[in-house]
Amino acid sequence: MNIHVAGENALIIYFGEKTEPKISAQVQQAVDLLSLTLKHHLIDLVPSYASLLVVFNPLLCDHLAVRKMIREALQAISLENDRLSEGKVIELPVYYSLESGPDLAIISERTGLSVDDIIAIHQQGEYLVYAIGFAPGFAYLGEVDERIASPRLATPRMKVPRGAVGIADRQTAVYPAVSPGGWNLIGLCPERMFNPDAEPTMPVQVGDRVKFKAVSREQFLALGGTLEGEIA
Amino acid sequence: MSADNSTRGFTVLKPGILSLITDLGRFGHHRIGLTSGGPVDPTAFRWANRLLGNDENASLLEASIGGLSLEAQLDTAIVVTGATVALKINGLDAEMWRCHAIKAGDKIDLGFASEGCRSYLAVAGGFKVDAEFGSSTTVVRESIGGLNGDKLSAGDLLPCDAHASHPLSVLPEESRPTYAKEINLKVIPGYQQHYFSRFQQRQFFSSEYEVSDRCDRMGYRLTGAEIKPSVDGILSEGICLGAIQVPADGQPIVLLNDRQTIGGYPKIGSMVSLDVARLGQCMPGAKINFEPVTIDHAHNDLCLAESYFQRTNVVSL
Repeated sequence: MNIHVAGENALIIYFGEKTEPKISAQVQQAVDLLSLTLKHHLIDLVPSYASLLVVFNPLLCDHLAVRKMIREALQAISLENDRLSEGKVIELPVYYSLESGPDLAIISERTGLSVDDIIAIHQQGEYLVYAIGFAPGFAYLGEVDERIASPRLATPRMKVPRGAVGIADRQTAVYPAVSPGGWNLIGLCPERMFNPDAEPTMPVQVGDRVKFKAVSREQFLALGGTLEGEIA
Repeated sequence: MSADNSTRGFTVLKPGILSLITDLGRFGHHRIGLTSGGPVDPTAFRWANRLLGNDENASLLEASIGGLSLEAQLDTAIVVTGATVALKINGLDAEMWRCHAIKAGDKIDLGFASEGCRSYLAVAGGFKVDAEFGSSTTVVRESIGGLNGDKLSAGDLLPCDAHASHPLSVLPEESRPTYAKEINLKVIPGYQQHYFSRFQQRQFFSSEYEVSDRCDRMGYRLTGAEIKPSVDGILSEGICLGAIQVPADGQPIVLLNDRQTIGGYPKIGSMVSLDVARLGQCMPGAKINFEPVTIDHAHNDLCLAESYFQRTNVVSL
């Protein structure tokens, strides 16, 4: 574990350098421990793949004091914890098709896999929620099978629809809202990934696992999905 | 926010370039991807509320570049701080940094900013806007906060309470901040220095940069000497206010209030918050130089600035 100054009011803790479930579990433990111990000194926490950004109030304490509090709190962290089994498993329905996932054809052409194989492989994985960011409710899920890993589009789309399921390298995600985006789109999920008026606002949190399940066009529409507007 | 007929306040006649309802910001929700938002220039924001005797987190308006026009529906008091704009009340010149009593029917106009970029218009008691995730601050990119998550539009109603004969005060001229077009900004060199060679680091701290057209509340993209990190990207991680990312094109981006919460570009350092506010008061074309400081130096400056704010007296009118 390394702690560095990230800015005037932030320290960053590194737990490793890779995308790995065990490291992610340590980040999650640290979130729980620091939320309890830093109290009013703490302004915000940003967990990610292998790091945790700790934003503190520099008018109440300096970076040395925060560093000490972090070191003390994280002594309790267990390297061999079974936190991984604690997260819930969420199943998300996806309408995979060339209509809803225009980049299936590109992935098929590049990999030599059939569209049906790509869809099957994407559903085989159980993906860990490594981080949430980029936009409200955007959950980075990993890791997809190397056979269907795909580099980001050279030119990002100006408009990706809400619910679009994408792949970027070995990550996959469901777009929580209409936004620009450069991920390869393979389907649409009817479930809302972020709803400020709902409780909880998100169906998943970091540390949970996600499985995708193919549904038909009819099921997708019955679940509240929409196919309005072309994917430009 | 749905307003029934009894709700009163100010009507927006002209929204200006970008006018937003904001409080000090949204904190504690980075974990679901929500950014902090809040005023780009917290000092000017805090003076506005303090001059009116408001709660320090009361909701007010941040007008970027100006052009805002409002009409009062009730008696109250206002103040405008921050970037210099021609302030007019019913067509007559009015002083900034000074509270003004307002009567129902009065028209308030902010011209375009001549020095600085962001002005703050506060009303006695603050605007009454429901908090979303603990804050009223508007983040347009997230459609959260303010009035329906959006910037002001003509016809919007900004609800507030009537405050007849509200106590008024002024900030003496010598205590007011000034906004320059050529500035030195303090940067804490980053823990990712090893992605930048000694030469690249010297280049960054010895070159002049210019604020480009691509500058907004999310980030300020600068143009100038190219800085080449040894990697294109890093494993995505949390980004703090003031972080200076360097993407593959070598042109630094300073991240402001509406930044994305995590990102994967290497960072050469992080600007101190007082200077992030000064940068955010710059328009495209402003000239920037960077100066390296330690985090201890940054904390010292921050505590001195806070002490100055607390100890500077406003004058009652």
